[in-house]
Amino acid sequence: MSKKSVDTYEANWWSRLTQSRYFVYILISPLFLILFAYVIYPFYTTFVQSFAGENTLVNYKKFFSLESTANLEALWNSFYISIISVICCAVVGVMMAFLLERYDFPGRRLLSILVLVPMALPPLVGVLSFTFLYGESGIFPRLFQQLFQLEDVPFALKGIWGVIVVHTFTMYTYFYLTASAAIKGLDPSLEEAATSLGASRIRVWRKVILPMLTPSLIASSLLVFMVSMASYTAPLMFGVERTMTMQIYLSRTNGNLDMAATQSTILSFVSITFLLIMRWYQNRRNYQNLSKGVSVHRSEVSSKPLKFIAVVLSFIGTLILILPILVLILISFSKDGAWTIQILPTEYTLDHYKALFTDERTWRPIWNSLQMGFIATIGNIIFGVAAAYAMVRLNFKGKTMLDILITIPWALPGTVVAVNLIAAFSTESVFTFNQVLIGSFWILPLAYFIRHLPLVFRSTSASLMQLDQSVEEASRSLGASWLYTFRRIVIPLTLSGVLAGTLLAFVQSIGEFVASILIYNTSTIPLSVAIFQKLYAFKFGTACAYGVLQIILILIVLIISERLSKGSAGSAI
Amino acid sequence: MKAVRINDVSKKFGDVLSVHDLELDIKSGEFFTFLGPSGCGKTTTLRMIAGFYYPSKGKIYFDNQDVTTLQPNKRNIGMVFQNYALFPHMTVDENIAFGLEIRKYDKKTIKEKVDRIRGLVHLGPLGSRKINELSGGQQQRVALARALVIEPDILLLDEPLSNLDAKLREETRIEIKRIQSELGVTTIYVTHDQTEAMAMSDRIMVMENGIVKQIGTPQEIYHRPNNRFVATFIGETNLLTMKVKSIEGDTITVENDAGLTLQGLTENLAAGLQINTGDEIYVSIRPEAFESGPGDNTITSIIELIEFTGVSVNYFLRWNDTTLKAMIISRERAIMQAGDTIELHIPKQNIYFLGE
Repeated sequence: MSKKSVDTYEANWWSRLTQSRYFVYILISPLFLILFAYVIYPFYTTFVQSFAGENTLVNYKKFFSLESTANLEALWNSFYISIISVICCAVVGVMMAFLLERYDFPGRRLLSILVLVPMALPPLVGVLSFTFLYGESGIFPRLFQQLFQLEDVPFALKGIWGVIVVHTFTMYTYFYLTASAAIKGLDPSLEEAATSLGASRIRVWRKVILPMLTPSLIASSLLVFMVSMASYTAPLMFGVERTMTMQIYLSRTNGNLDMAATQSTILSFVSITFLLIMRWYQNRRNYQNLSKGVSVHRSEVSSKPLKFIAVVLSFIGTLILILPILVLILISFSKDGAWTIQILPTEYTLDHYKALFTDERTWRPIWNSLQMGFIATIGNIIFGVAAAYAMVRLNFKGKTMLDILITIPWALPGTVVAVNLIAAFSTESVFTFNQVLIGSFWILPLAYFIRHLPLVFRSTSASLMQLDQSVEEASRSLGASWLYTFRRIVIPLTLSGVLAGTLLAFVQSIGEFVASILIYNTSTIPLSVAIFQKLYAFKFGTACAYGVLQIILILIVLIISERLSKGSAGSAI
Repeated sequence: MKAVRINDVSKKFGDVLSVHDLELDIKSGEFFTFLGPSGCGKTTTLRMIAGFYYPSKGKIYFDNQDVTTLQPNKRNIGMVFQNYALFPHMTVDENIAFGLEIRKYDKKTIKEKVDRIRGLVHLGPLGSRKINELSGGQQQRVALARALVIEPDILLLDEPLSNLDAKLREETRIEIKRIQSELGVTTIYVTHDQTEAMAMSDRIMVMENGIVKQIGTPQEIYHRPNNRFVATFIGETNLLTMKVKSIEGDTITVENDAGLTLQGLTENLAAGLQINTGDEIYVSIRPEAFESGPGDNTITSIIELIEFTGVSVNYFLRWNDTTLKAMIISRERAIMQAGDTIELHIPKQNIYFLGE
């Protein structure tokens, strides 16, 4: 006998409760309660509001009426932009994947690192740098104007095509990541076999390579489509008012809340449909990797002229990828107001960076965002870890439901999330302890929490799934309580997953713009809104200094999570 | 050391009955094995004893304590898992000390105990190694040490050898048996490998589809199987369906359509089996039951196929659609060829009569 004898067992009410097979539902009820209060309930109030008015369907009739076609145009534009974005992203992403995976040329290594730069750009900052570079008063259009002594700028990014170019730049990485993963798993001997059977190069592509890439292409297409539909920053900056997200924003700022609710409901419907299609497709899809670990041989570009072309092209590619960051850094040192019609800013200063640390008005938004992001992320950790544990380890009815409910806020456009929160929490409610959240400090942390619900959840459940349940059982059999096991075994072994998701949620919260712009409160302005305001006050220097700060933060996080997950950083997306 | 009593236990998963009305007594200090094919309910039973599942019906006792729904961490058991379930973020010593820390021993005692058990499982110098720096066999021994160091009342082993290669498996088998008899801990061992079960156990429980087929010592299970399943699952046997021709005194005569007639003894009737003339029953003859030359149940037949395995020679004999395998220890250099005629006999006491 061991010296500490085992407690004598008594059948008290607590043990009777924990043995009941309905006990698991008590454990998971807080999760469902949170999802109900902050996802379903806001969604539902918006839905109800969309039917408000003298006649229940009046808003929908207005939306689809052929007399004033603004809304229908917006819907059409959103679809149109999304489809073109998918096509452009697919072409760029797949081409990049093939070039970098299959060919060796000077500058390949540098390019293969920079290819993921767009992921490090927060949405607003990315669009900002594009307008500085290629906008109507941007550096390149002016450069060409002066070079060729033209009346007007020869080209400029604006309107719908501006939006599409920015989308392509920021979203091709989705295609790049999945396609390069698929190409890595593609056995080159298949191509050789097809060629040996007499197939031409085009035929090999059409009959062998494309069909094998199809699953990853479809998955990325759905994702890019969804993200494009939700895109708000690019249309805002390029002044494309006729998109769904912009219409919602305009309805909201014009005080037409019922219409905003109707537009939100319709956009949600599209987003959720795509989410469900995506889930269905991913479950159906089977990963058939017949030959594992094939070493893909990179063909070297050998002929002189081709080599020259390759060098030039990869130089241009590198430039395009790195310029957005360079231009932000450059402008962050420029004196506000001194840059008017010159190609590059003429006067430089360190004041903006000094102000970041010394001027209360300047660093206040950073501090606000850090605070609100921190609170939201703590919420994400608690909810995400609990939900992941329930999902992976417990057995209950409604698992799929839980999974979908967690993913929905991620699939919903930020604009819609904001409208939902406005609808639900501009009056007191039980879920907010009878407080009005709109206009208070707490609304933004809540919005960030909801928007980034799946991040910690996903990365944690991924590492939990890799942790064999018998390890936990071993600990229990050695006498450890559930809590002790969780602390000593589960947490240490899943820490890297939890941390990776946490960091991602944190930086995304700090950069969040789309929902913030609709519901921020003037006494706690977040960083992204501050950037936007500085921009409109023509304080480009400060705006860019903020942006550089954000990029540095994101780079640090990317490096840390790369270390943590040993190279599989893309998995959290 | 504690005894285990399982009283009328059933376990259902949804609508699937995994263990059915199990009744079992395991004595204190006994090495007891659950044997059966996968899905027979042996692991489910073990996990109910460990406390990872609670029975749908019935009670489990350790000595006189009802532990039916006691949490696993309150049972003072040691368990070795099929995949070892070592904590990958800890060293060998940290793994072994885990259970001792929970029992709040002081540092000095923990070190002594860990050192002693590490010696016992021959892992002497490896205390500060990380788990992923160990071979499969070494990991297995860490798992065993971790389970034993807490001085459990009951040691549970869930197919602990199935991830080792054949040679190592045999070595470790002997090692486990040695340590178990040294410590005298009540041990429950789950396996689907009958050789392992026979070699290690004091008693064996054979299970199929959640039902106990037989409980007994290895000799009883091997030589006196209760039913067809046990006879075929344990070792090799010639199982023939035959008709009872007559029962006279202590002799039973059976025959089949192929013209084979055999005589056996009533004492070799399976326990509880009632037979009458004309009944169809199963007859079990182990290959090694055959002896050379004439005697009881003399069989003269043409050899269809011959196998030389070194220790023995296997002869395959055939009547119409009945095939018999006979195993004769090879003493002579010259062996017969396929197509030759051979004369063998089966002593009466080597023939067993079984029901379904």
